[in-house]
Amino acid sequence: MSTTESTTVSPGHLLLERIQGRSRPRGKVRRNATLVVGCSILGAIILAAIFAPFLTPYNPNTIDPLNPLAPPFSPHHILGTDEYGRDIFARILYGGRIDLLIAFGATSVTLVVGTAIGLFSGYSGGWADTVIMRIVDLFFAFPFFVLVIAIVAMLGPSIFNMFVAIWLTSWISYARITRGHTVVAKNREYVLGAKALGYGHLRVMLRHLLPNLVSFVLIFAMVDAVGNVLLGAALGFLGLGAKPPSPEWGAMIADGQNYILSAWWLSTLPGLAIVLVGVGFSLIGDGLADILRPSD
Amino acid sequence: MTEAAVSPAPGPAPADEEILTVSDLHSFIVTDGGIVRAVDGVSFTLRRGEILGLVGESGSGKSVTCRTLMGLMPSPPTRWSGDVRYAGLPDRNLLDVGGRELQRLRGAHLSMIFQDPMSALNPVMRVGDQIEEAVASHDHLGQRDRRRRAIELLDRVGIPAAERRMRGYPHEFSGGMRQRVLIAVAIASRPKILFADEPTTALDVIIQDQILSLLLELQRDSGMSMVLVSHDLGVIAEMCDRIAVMYGGQIVELGDTEALLTAPRHPYTISLLRSLPDADVRARFLPSIIGTPPELIDVEPGCRFAPRCPLVTPECRTWETELLAAEGGAQLVRCRRHDDARRPAAWPDQSFV
Repeated sequence: MSTTESTTVSPGHLLLERIQGRSRPRGKVRRNATLVVGCSILGAIILAAIFAPFLTPYNPNTIDPLNPLAPPFSPHHILGTDEYGRDIFARILYGGRIDLLIAFGATSVTLVVGTAIGLFSGYSGGWADTVIMRIVDLFFAFPFFVLVIAIVAMLGPSIFNMFVAIWLTSWISYARITRGHTVVAKNREYVLGAKALGYGHLRVMLRHLLPNLVSFVLIFAMVDAVGNVLLGAALGFLGLGAKPPSPEWGAMIADGQNYILSAWWLSTLPGLAIVLVGVGFSLIGDGLADILRPSD
Repeated sequence: MTEAAVSPAPGPAPADEEILTVSDLHSFIVTDGGIVRAVDGVSFTLRRGEILGLVGESGSGKSVTCRTLMGLMPSPPTRWSGDVRYAGLPDRNLLDVGGRELQRLRGAHLSMIFQDPMSALNPVMRVGDQIEEAVASHDHLGQRDRRRRAIELLDRVGIPAAERRMRGYPHEFSGGMRQRVLIAVAIASRPKILFADEPTTALDVIIQDQILSLLLELQRDSGMSMVLVSHDLGVIAEMCDRIAVMYGGQIVELGDTEALLTAPRHPYTISLLRSLPDADVRARFLPSIIGTPPELIDVEPGCRFAPRCPLVTPECRTWETELLAAEGGAQLVRCRRHDDARRPAAWPDQSFV
């Protein structure tokens, strides 16, 4: 075997070295990487939408009859123009304002309202819980998309009415998720313990239950935000959302479908913008899931 | 012998030395399979500065008793009745107190430690915040004082480097450490009565011993009263001044620790003590109690222990059970043959195989 002079390293020492050398910092960085990438993507899109006037000289609604259907990377139009000669890049930038507004405006309200209703329902139990959950069931029984279309059709097509339709219908998912986790958690010992210490109901709900549920809700909210962008796009596509000249991504895709074989960029590029927003939200959802649950 | 029935006297305010008087407590749980009579007529008193042990098998109603007294049983499905007098609120039945009044009592007057330290701390809250919250809930302290007191408490329950550990999350603590944190949270508002529901069941023997010593020390220092729930007779014997043995949702025997352990009168207690392994004698067989604990749904009349009792007589199965006074009232026994039970000759030979 080895001579006494050669350095013998014990397996435990090797492991220690390996752990100290690599794994620990890497785990931490990787954990936040998804969140950082997601935030960067979404942040860039938000900034681009806000500062659209500085990024493009064109007005999204100005038509240029002399220059229709210019392909991407044309001399003056980096992403080309549509059938009226409107600059696609400008339309995507300005359209981002509408679609991001849908993502945040629709989702944030349903998130807060739905979570509050679900928390109350699950915590109080009894007949209040039964009534609320039957209402939720009632909403779930309708095909969601048809319900939204029906409400928008009733109120008249506009962006605000689309918000109203989403607010009225989407809270149910949050209510059900929150309620489910509340019912499980409220009989966990840490909640009983909080009650045994004489904490009030509101405190138990907001400080002890909510932080344990919020990760599930937020992760769903990120998926839901993507869904709402798609819904907004779909309603725009059907002509029930944004009114024609306004550059909403879904409406742009709808407008471009007649040219899909000859001028693919009309539909594809706004579609890619939607995908990018979706990826951003999803990555944020994943990243949040890691951070909000310290014990996993 | 004196066989005077001790009636659960309702009405009169508890004597000065009694901090909690529980009379005829029932706690029934309504399930699809029937009504579970989890606690069925439990009466006891808790004296100031005393540790009362509740001992019994799983499902004998120990935990439900504590949780009902703390108002923690979910309703529905649980329904309860009884008369509970707390010396801090002598004119009221504790079971009728609700809302803000109950919140005021909990923590500052009555507090509780749970069995499983893994799930009894809020997993997403820093340990320090949980203790500070408990400190702040009944005392109005500034932020700095609150924090100082929280560190003091952590230090008091034996967490090394308390100041640093304040920032940790529960999952970063070991089981024994978490139980220490839970104790710190439970005593943060200096409760008068502490219900300890199997505080050491989830811990290994060495940690168990440390936690029990800590509890005993804290109890001696503060003079609070304690109800200690356990299925471990060793733990109970070591800690308690008096013991209540529970079986099938009822107290079957209640008395001073020494008397009850050396001269048990109820056949269940006797059997339980005989089935403990003896360190001195290497027994070939460890005697056990034949049969299983009763289902608490569709309870048959008569003594609950009758189906397993070696001393059972036909009258036992119809006897309207009650706690009988023995030893001049110092010991209470729910057995009509408790005098016979003390004579080994009365026991059939085959009763301990």
